[in-house]
Amino acid sequence: METTTLTSNFKSEEYFINMGPQHPATHGVLRLLLTIDGEIIKKVEPDLGYIHRSIEKMCERDSYQQIVHLTDRMDYLSANINNEAVCLTVENALQLEIPDRVKVIRTIIGELTRISSHCLWWGVMGMDVGALTTYFYGFRDRELLNDIFEETCGARLTMNYNVPGGLMFDIHPNFVKRVKEFITHFKTKLPEYDRLLTDNIIFQKRAIGVGVLSKEDAISYGASGPVGRASGYSCDVRKHHPYSALDKVTFNEALRTEGDTYARYLVRIQEMWESMSIVEQLIDNIPEGEHRVATNAVIKLPKGEYYQKVETARGELGVYVISTGTKSPYRLKFRSPGFSNLSLLNHIAVGGKIGDLVATMATLDLVIPDIDR
Amino acid sequence: MNSALSITKNIHDWLFSIMPETAASIAEMVLIALVYLGIFAIAGLFLVLLERRVAAWFQLRIGPNRVGFQGLLQTMADAIKLLSKELTGTSKADKFLYNLAPYFVIISSLMALSVFPFTKEFQAFDINIGLFFLIAVSSIGVIGILLGGWSSNNKFAMIGAMRSGVQTISYELSIGLSLLTMVLITGSLQLSEIVEVQKSGWLIVQGHIPAIIAFMIYMIAGTAETNRAPFDMVEAESELGAGFHTEYSGMKFAYFFLAEFINMFIIAAIATTVFFGAWLSPFGITESIPVLGVFWFLLKALILVFLMMWFRWTFPRLRIDQLLTLEWKYLLPLNLANIVIMALLVWLNLTISF
Amino acid sequence: MKNEELQELIGSWSPNLTFTEEGSQYLNVTVPIEELHDIMFKLKHNDETDLDYLFCLSGVDWGEELGVVYHLESTNFRHILVVKTQTAERENPVIDSVYDIWATAEFHEREVFDFFGIIFTNHPNLKRLFLTDDWDGFPLRKDYEDNINMIIK
Repeated sequence: METTTLTSNFKSEEYFINMGPQHPATHGVLRLLLTIDGEIIKKVEPDLGYIHRSIEKMCERDSYQQIVHLTDRMDYLSANINNEAVCLTVENALQLEIPDRVKVIRTIIGELTRISSHCLWWGVMGMDVGALTTYFYGFRDRELLNDIFEETCGARLTMNYNVPGGLMFDIHPNFVKRVKEFITHFKTKLPEYDRLLTDNIIFQKRAIGVGVLSKEDAISYGASGPVGRASGYSCDVRKHHPYSALDKVTFNEALRTEGDTYARYLVRIQEMWESMSIVEQLIDNIPEGEHRVATNAVIKLPKGEYYQKVETARGELGVYVISTGTKSPYRLKFRSPGFSNLSLLNHIAVGGKIGDLVATMATLDLVIPDIDR
Repeated sequence: MNSALSITKNIHDWLFSIMPETAASIAEMVLIALVYLGIFAIAGLFLVLLERRVAAWFQLRIGPNRVGFQGLLQTMADAIKLLSKELTGTSKADKFLYNLAPYFVIISSLMALSVFPFTKEFQAFDINIGLFFLIAVSSIGVIGILLGGWSSNNKFAMIGAMRSGVQTISYELSIGLSLLTMVLITGSLQLSEIVEVQKSGWLIVQGHIPAIIAFMIYMIAGTAETNRAPFDMVEAESELGAGFHTEYSGMKFAYFFLAEFINMFIIAAIATTVFFGAWLSPFGITESIPVLGVFWFLLKALILVFLMMWFRWTFPRLRIDQLLTLEWKYLLPLNLANIVIMALLVWLNLTISF
Repeated sequence: MKNEELQELIGSWSPNLTFTEEGSQYLNVTVPIEELHDIMFKLKHNDETDLDYLFCLSGVDWGEELGVVYHLESTNFRHILVVKTQTAERENPVIDSVYDIWATAEFHEREVFDFFGIIFTNHPNLKRLFLTDDWDGFPLRKDYEDNINMIIK
């Protein structure tokens, strides 16, 4: 990428720093052009496109089963939920009757994916703020989940377990037992996370009052997920537009009003507790039945437009399909949560210090392939 | 058991017998300098390995244990690798200052190492302003850091060097004042005198409450002085490059790196001498074997080094303005109040002694 | 608000709007380009529609026209509306920006400009977002050809 021209007036005391595409704090290939004056940030301009793979154009050529495989690579930390989004769009368009077993298993695996993504987020959050040991603790717990996924879904990162019509294979016989063991183990570890980072006075001084986002700004900038919920905006898709088995479970939405970095942190920790409670409600009563409904080999959606919203670990993912009755969509657009969350970075980082920028970016929890598609 | 101590006496006598006065004293000084350089190198090697094993233990992994028995030769392997690296330098860097900077930090660490009382009569220089000398010498290291950042001709290195300089100068105040608190009990700056006074109980016990407060302030300030976490915003890897030593590679980088570890050891050694009785054994159990004093000294210093490593791997980092606020608004007033309390204690004879 | 009520209320603002529910889960409104900004402004600030959350802004190449589709939601009433607009000018398509109404439109409109070439007036910083500044052409248009990078089955 060449140098982009700055659009602000460039005063002589200000200078210009590049937090380049390879940087430990930007969680992926994101380039930020910072204009700073001493230690205060005057402007943040993100420069995207380092991992743009034109997924939307590829979708205009591929069949729907192939499109599901592409979605894993968008937000690889919530891969299962991305797959679920496209499968639900296709199933709702074809008006297929999905068995309850499939819905419950999809919800359980979706919530486990959410926990796994938040574990990694917590590890990286500590590492960005300076406590390097938290990275290992977060990964230790994520490894247990990866083992469960490997046994049932066949892969650790790009699971591809959902297909239009159901699941690719039935769950492994050990699945229920291992998930229960994991829940028991993780319930002793989350308080450890609290002792290490949440109650630490140094961390609190780095996070409280930093990067404040008001509720009106959150709605106007399209923030969703934990970023929106920390500002008081109730945006949980699982509550407002439930899908799969989410209307059968009871859970609380993690809401806070302060809108600063510490609030976003606490919202995610609480989401982990809520996800565990959802899994506990469902894991003992998985209904019997088929794990897959037969569809045609070549899926053609009826002419029309379809939209499906799901809640990934980052926020609200939307799949918008315009179909003309052929085997590939006419236009497919992915509304990614990270894209809107990144647009508010300039708004909340200006006026703060560089150390604050690093802490704020860690709580926005951006995954760049999700933004660049 | 006095053979070790009599060796130094024997060498001293032998040198003076074979050469004229001035040549002998120069030869003696060169010999001492070489011995201390050796101690510096070995201590550095050992401390780097210790840090890696301790970090691995906190992070639920094992750490280097293959190269040599339990990884003892690991740092040697790293040093040989560093020796073989190309000495890069920027073309616009000020050559003379760029090459001079690492030597400042090494020289200040070596000078500080030379005054420690490892055991009875095993001390290179026992000057009567010992403690004051230690504090003064550690200030010379700052020059090395500032020179390194400035002469690299790199925006980020200079920012890092400025921040580091500010941090070091601020925290030196706290170190000096907390050590001064203990000098109120001993009445002398000479290190061997300080150890003599502790024969009736370690200073941290003699001074009880103000001494404990002084010790805690000293440990915080000492960690900040050596730019270690949680005060390592300067070298924060997740922020702007690598701080003031961005442009150094190979052996010169190794100098900065080793000097940081030796400084850590020096801070721990000063604390051992002033608070915990240097080479004195607890309750005088091995009083009759003076050579074991080295063992006690190293044990106490290593426990404090472990404490500093524990800090690094547990706490998040403080922002630069929070760091300076901590020193100037909290530690300094606390220190001054502490000195007054200690002075009252000594005047009213309330110190505990055995 | 139900779809019929929405249709009645919004239809009363201008006679040039067309409504349809066919082929979609939500109520679709097609707005001509000249009235787009006015209608969008009223949609957000009117107390009964209160559509303050723009959650998807997509560009579409309808074959002969280039268009933009806006998905709006109200955070208080939770109803969803789809607004569509299109222009037949493929050489120089110009649409009003809604950045001053919903701030999220800034990045979304840059993306539409990058891939379709639609120019948004009053946009604070309209330049390419994902592709390099000197890229030729607009990839997501249906008539885009690239023999080297595109693999067509």
